[in-house]
Amino acid sequence: MRAVHKVQGRAVVLDRPNVDTDQIIPAAWLKRVERTGFGPGLFSAWRTDPEFVLNQPGADEAKILIAGPNFGCGSSREHAVWALQDFGFDAVISPSFADIFRGNSIGAGLVTAETDEQTVAALGATLAADPAVTVVLDVAERTITVPSTGLSFDFALPDYARWRLLEGMDDVGITLRHADEIAAFEAQRPDWLPSSGPRTPAMT
Amino acid sequence: MGHGPDNGPRDNGRLFDKVWQRHLVASPEGEPPLLYIDLHLVHEVTSPQAFEGLELAGRTVRRPDLTVATMDHDVPTLNPDGPITDPLAAEQMSRLRKNCEAHGVTLYPLGSADQGVVHVIGPQLGLTQPGMTVVCGDSHTSTHGAFGALAFGIGTTEVEHVLATQTLRQTKPAAMAITVDGELPAGVTAKDLVLGIIAEIGTNGGTGHVIEYRGAAIRSLDMAGRMTVCNMSIEAGARAGMIAPDDTTFAFLEGRQHSPKGADWERALDDWRSLVTDEGATFDREVRLDAASLRPVVTWGTNPAQSVTIDGAVPDPATFATSAEQQAAQRALDYMGLRAGTAMRDIGVDVVFIGSCTNGRLADLRAAAGVLRGRKVSDGVKAIVVPGSARVKFEAEAEGLDQVFKSAGFEWRSAGCSMCLGMNGDILAPGERSASTSNRNFEGRQGPGGRTHLVSPAMAAATAVAGHFSTPGDLEGAR
Repeated sequence: MRAVHKVQGRAVVLDRPNVDTDQIIPAAWLKRVERTGFGPGLFSAWRTDPEFVLNQPGADEAKILIAGPNFGCGSSREHAVWALQDFGFDAVISPSFADIFRGNSIGAGLVTAETDEQTVAALGATLAADPAVTVVLDVAERTITVPSTGLSFDFALPDYARWRLLEGMDDVGITLRHADEIAAFEAQRPDWLPSSGPRTPAMT
Repeated sequence: MGHGPDNGPRDNGRLFDKVWQRHLVASPEGEPPLLYIDLHLVHEVTSPQAFEGLELAGRTVRRPDLTVATMDHDVPTLNPDGPITDPLAAEQMSRLRKNCEAHGVTLYPLGSADQGVVHVIGPQLGLTQPGMTVVCGDSHTSTHGAFGALAFGIGTTEVEHVLATQTLRQTKPAAMAITVDGELPAGVTAKDLVLGIIAEIGTNGGTGHVIEYRGAAIRSLDMAGRMTVCNMSIEAGARAGMIAPDDTTFAFLEGRQHSPKGADWERALDDWRSLVTDEGATFDREVRLDAASLRPVVTWGTNPAQSVTIDGAVPDPATFATSAEQQAAQRALDYMGLRAGTAMRDIGVDVVFIGSCTNGRLADLRAAAGVLRGRKVSDGVKAIVVPGSARVKFEAEAEGLDQVFKSAGFEWRSAGCSMCLGMNGDILAPGERSASTSNRNFEGRQGPGGRTHLVSPAMAAATAVAGHFSTPGDLEGAR
């Protein structure tokens, strides 16, 4: 995973609550065996509407999606994160994220910036006035700023998630530093726990 | 703001704490704890990129013996022994087969007697046991919490992490208790119970939490009902749902293929009996419901919290509290093609789907068949039943349920996820309306433009007969 320090560019507002991952990437797109190529499927049902936000001029250059609460609820499909990234988004700003989506995002390097409803509304008003305005999201500082208007807000991101985004760390690599502890844990697991492999006969 | 506390074990004797604590491999300073995973279930759709990542990094599957795979998400349910006509689905199944062979992972492929929806086969094989940690690249992994396991869905990057390390990094979620007191009224099922809970707490009411379901009404459920309740925990946003194991759990497990045997069974029972929340333990959030107040439920909107009882009507968006809620309700009505004030019983359906990891077990098929015996599906309604696993299908046929369904006019299909998510071609046409025993009524979930109403198996069967939303009781007078 590549490191993410700052996301800077256009933002678009998707003013809907409870956007589920079936909307972000419909199931028909889940048959791909790659991690790439999902951009055309992003919000594909909603994109049939010419009024939809991603069909507006300049939306194809957007780096930041600003969405309503409970973004990414429903299916665990990480393809939703890949679709957002493949389209060009590097960050999502929302008052709240669904748990699995948040975990998938951090693992894949998509910034989930959690902020309050007022901030989302203020950003929405700013973008309504000037859809091309540049929004800057600083992962280290955990701030969202609009340099041209002087707006500045904090966002929430757990420390570990922040560290992983900044370092671009491979999570498996970090975990394998604990290989000895994993082996020690395995050595004391009860032997009656299920296993699909050959079972050790019970001691008699 | 939505997520649980970042640090520190807060073991105050809840079932969840006990299961969490016994799986802690390491709690490094400044990092989320490392949790050992006892069972990793794998399917064809969310695993190919994980195996590829593993191989690109030159890694192997650490514990193939704790990893079990099946094919469910995009398998055909008609003529499953014939050639797979969808080349993309065929490629996913072929990849899974190759990956499992290369890494020594047990696979129950299409055609196997133990193939089926991943959350149906785990419990059926006795692989899901109390006190375990279970993960799968599927959000409905919460199903396995019905056994007192800590079970949750993960994304593909995490699937790769578990394949490589048999562990996951997890910030400890908060704990929530949902207590359902009293006795469910006749005709009210586990599905109605969980839809009622979701209506009460909302689609994000459980976010950042593991829910423990408690109380007399939960205790009285059989394992199929408990799995239905835990399955839909994710529809309330919860990380997982759990029910403390008891004699109902142990009776279900005894003698299953992977259940402990002989002296091991006794050792396991001793351990499992300790998996209860201690007297006096407190929760971060507590919700209490009276079972007697519950009625059969049907959804009207495009998320599982948007529901009313069968006696209700499509709500008027103007009656919602905030303008955001009003807009969301109006948007849902527009998508669903419904008018405020229409009685739910007056809404006709085009398709009835019985199946899925929520309601595709033998008990669910028995409940539906009990309603259909001696009755016919209404003219113009297409009705399909998709058993949750090949074994459920076999057992249902052994007791003649297939004949009941077929005589009534249902199509009797083979096991898979089918119309729950519509990946395999079993989909609604645009504008078609379904009564579905599945778990999600999101826009387009069962096919682009399709309109889904979530119901219990009994109500799905009654609705198929009446042609509009109905309970089994409604059919009595009409016979």
